[in-house]
Amino acid sequence: MTAALVREHKLNDREYNAILAMLGRTPTMTELGVFSALWSEHCSYKHTKPVLRTFPTEGPQVIQGPGENAGVLRLPDGWAVAFKIESHNHPSAVEPYQGAATGVGGILRDVFTMGARPVAVLNSLRFGPLDDPRNRYLFAGVVKGVGDYGNCVGVPTLGGEVTFAPGYSGNPLVNAMCVGVLREADLITARAHGVGNVLMTVGARTGRDGIHGASFASEDLSAESEARRPQVQVGDPFTEKLLLEASLELITSGTIVAIQDMGAAGLTSSSSEMAARGGVGVELDTSKVPLREAGMSPYEILLSESQERMLLVVEPHRVGEVQTICAKWELTGTAIGTVTNDGLFRVVHDGVTVAAIPGEDLVNGVPMYHPDAVESPEAIARRALRPTMAPKADLVGALPILLDDPTIASKRWVYDQYDSTVQANTVLGPGGDAGVFLVEGTAFGLAVSVDCPNRYVALDPYEGGKMTVAEAARNVACTGAVPLGITNCLNFGNPDKPEIFFQFKEAVRGMGDACRAFNTPVTGGNVSLYNESPTGAIDPTPTVGLVGLLEDVTTRVPSGFQRSGHLVALLGPSGGHLGGSMYWWLVRDFLGGPPPPCHLEAERRLQRFLAAAAKARLLDSAHDCADGGLAVAMAECCLGGPYDHGTLGAGIHLEHPPGLDAEGLLYGEDGARAIISFAPAAAEALRALAQGHQVPFSVVGNVGAVGGDLRITVGTTSMAWATGDLRRTFFNAIPRRMSA
Amino acid sequence: MTRVAVIRFPGSNCEPDAYRAVQREGGTAYYVFHRETDLRDADAVIIPGGFSYGDYLRAGAIARFSPIMAAIERHAADGKPLAGICNGFQVLCEAGLLPGALMRNASLKYVSRPVDVRIERCDTPFTTNYRKGEIIRIPVGHGDGRYTASDELLATLEREGRVVFRYVDTGMPDSVANPNGASNNIAAISNRDGNIVGMMPHPERLADRLVGGDAGARVFSSLIRWKRPIAAHV
Repeated sequence: MTAALVREHKLNDREYNAILAMLGRTPTMTELGVFSALWSEHCSYKHTKPVLRTFPTEGPQVIQGPGENAGVLRLPDGWAVAFKIESHNHPSAVEPYQGAATGVGGILRDVFTMGARPVAVLNSLRFGPLDDPRNRYLFAGVVKGVGDYGNCVGVPTLGGEVTFAPGYSGNPLVNAMCVGVLREADLITARAHGVGNVLMTVGARTGRDGIHGASFASEDLSAESEARRPQVQVGDPFTEKLLLEASLELITSGTIVAIQDMGAAGLTSSSSEMAARGGVGVELDTSKVPLREAGMSPYEILLSESQERMLLVVEPHRVGEVQTICAKWELTGTAIGTVTNDGLFRVVHDGVTVAAIPGEDLVNGVPMYHPDAVESPEAIARRALRPTMAPKADLVGALPILLDDPTIASKRWVYDQYDSTVQANTVLGPGGDAGVFLVEGTAFGLAVSVDCPNRYVALDPYEGGKMTVAEAARNVACTGAVPLGITNCLNFGNPDKPEIFFQFKEAVRGMGDACRAFNTPVTGGNVSLYNESPTGAIDPTPTVGLVGLLEDVTTRVPSGFQRSGHLVALLGPSGGHLGGSMYWWLVRDFLGGPPPPCHLEAERRLQRFLAAAAKARLLDSAHDCADGGLAVAMAECCLGGPYDHGTLGAGIHLEHPPGLDAEGLLYGEDGARAIISFAPAAAEALRALAQGHQVPFSVVGNVGAVGGDLRITVGTTSMAWATGDLRRTFFNAIPRRMSA
Repeated sequence: MTRVAVIRFPGSNCEPDAYRAVQREGGTAYYVFHRETDLRDADAVIIPGGFSYGDYLRAGAIARFSPIMAAIERHAADGKPLAGICNGFQVLCEAGLLPGALMRNASLKYVSRPVDVRIERCDTPFTTNYRKGEIIRIPVGHGDGRYTASDELLATLEREGRVVFRYVDTGMPDSVANPNGASNNIAAISNRDGNIVGMMPHPERLADRLVGGDAGARVFSSLIRWKRPIAAHV
């Protein structure tokens, strides 16, 4: 074993010495590969575990917290929801189509291995600006990859977010979330037990693709990353669909003890993690693994990340039944090992032992790191900056500029490529605040959203971390749902840099505080570090996926105005905070200042008010104010849904609070606010309800005529926009850039 | 028409939706697996949407070789109702049970959105509960939905009144009337006898007001109430 080989496997001296001490000898080449994969950041969380432990993970609604393939929350009447979000950033940066497709495949498997049928997919995507052809190529490829995979498997995409900012050029983010539902009684975990039980692989054959993918995901992107393209796996959604049906049938038939997806680090991580969870050992015979190509070494077989494969634990007398179910779905189930009682992760190949590692130490013995966390002086300075005063702001001209920005503009170009109605349970599809679907066979629905206000996190990781959870919760609450819990995908740069680790720690602290305030525990997720390209690190992007419950799905509330003549009210306080705003960035060409502070108590009150108002069927619509502030949110309420026949006008009069100018009032991005519309007859009930919930409530105008203008008066200043023009701007912003 | 066989190919993914839509209208739906050879006394057959066999060769191209197809062909030859929805339409064209072909969308992109279609024919087993000329909004979701046929065949289809649904432009601001570039804006056709219908839109996804409307439910209520016309018994 040479020092060069050890380094090539991305193991440092401290880690290699730990391996020597653990084994009491030099590792074999196969063992070195195994350690390299499992002790990569991607698999081991060696930089982040101590910080992640600070997340709240418990609550009466939690059935399964972090540590399994997916988190599971309790729903009424014996139902449960399994959900998780995961990144596929590095593969997508070099091969966008397959990178994104296999990202969707992986997250679907994480959910159906819990015994849940996947019923919704969401995604959170980030790219550099669309004026760069490379970014357009990545954006188009990722969207097509996500779509082709999810469409083929038959899981509707119900929502998501797409953000464009310079920091993601060269390092796009692809985070995919899957939501599945199950009967609580059908829940199954990835815990190997029963000495003598058989390990079986099901699904695709093992090939040479994706070897060392986990290690690749644990380093910065560089000029050499393009050469990693062969390490990107190739997806086969047809096999995935068969695997989905076979897995659910295996689980409900009771023929298997445990099941785990072979994701990052393939057979190695799936088998060793299942064993460690169950406190048992495993022995694998790699010569029995069905291969795509002859002559693969045990090293390659163990580290392959070929997609659409599952590992099962089966009692010996049921192997035949398992094989019958697999055959029904045109799949092969093959016995490749056994559960043992010696606690070892042992691998034999053609009768020769090629690896024997204490299993518990292999999975949990990686040296942990506690990097320094210090905020960079540049970040502190940026937060203190203010834009130079403009002589006279063009408050009318600013709105179309904001609506034309691809981050704010309609993402119809994206979700037109995603099947959003398959399974016939979609109640509110993409384009609103949150996706809502009916849980088939029940009266209730779930609302789902993914969010991350990355500009805020970059400017103030703690406040931004709180706001990430708050925005997701607010989006879900706008539909009338009660937030239940979250999953998160923490995308950051290189944790060895103190300023990056500061961002990580602070964002996690903020998210944890918000989750405690909202009673939305963290049920799992993933961490993606080393999101750095030669031009620097990405904005810190801790994406949150949140699930909320609508006890009676017929009470769901859409986001846009519904009826001329109905009233419009603004909920929550307007503080005119322009720091970190889209307005400052796009109109003043300035990105800085303190982001809006996140008032958790105000957010929680708003959430509760929205749920109560929806339950009482008092609302026509509810839409949160976020990017672009009140003016953009009001316009979005007027513009109609993606496939509507037209727009609605509105007449809005805003009072001039003391010390607050029209600029801040229209374009400030304070949290804890929403715009609602309702029948005049509901006004008094809503006012009383708002008072009871201590939510600031002011009727600001009414919904206007079909195709009418949006008129906003602030004090004595009157502004008007033709909603038809705004609609064209909003819906054409991305198509016109993509056809350029 | 109470017994409705819903065919399951490997890669079908809309069969539970079709099953539910049939049940909701009072029919008895049941799955028939692609390896079976008997339709088990089906009054009607639905070939649902999805990606049969992954659509890796051509959409629907492999499914036509399935063991169950012979029984489906006999069922259709007896004049009994047979519908193919989306991928099922592709299968029917590949199997030669309907003429023409479904090609890659003109945009080269998958398209998932509601479209407006006009009901052109109300005397098929799947459309009696619609009014001729009625316009309904209904979802599509496909990558290969561009109905294509020779000029001669198109003329025949029009002359014989075999266009069942046609994409129409209702004049809304963002209307893209024809989502895939289909010839003559064709969204659904029938065979000459009218008992076989292939359609790209998904009526089974629009069978409940809660999920965006029930304009598709009448495809299934039509079928359940369908009485075979006496004239067809020859």
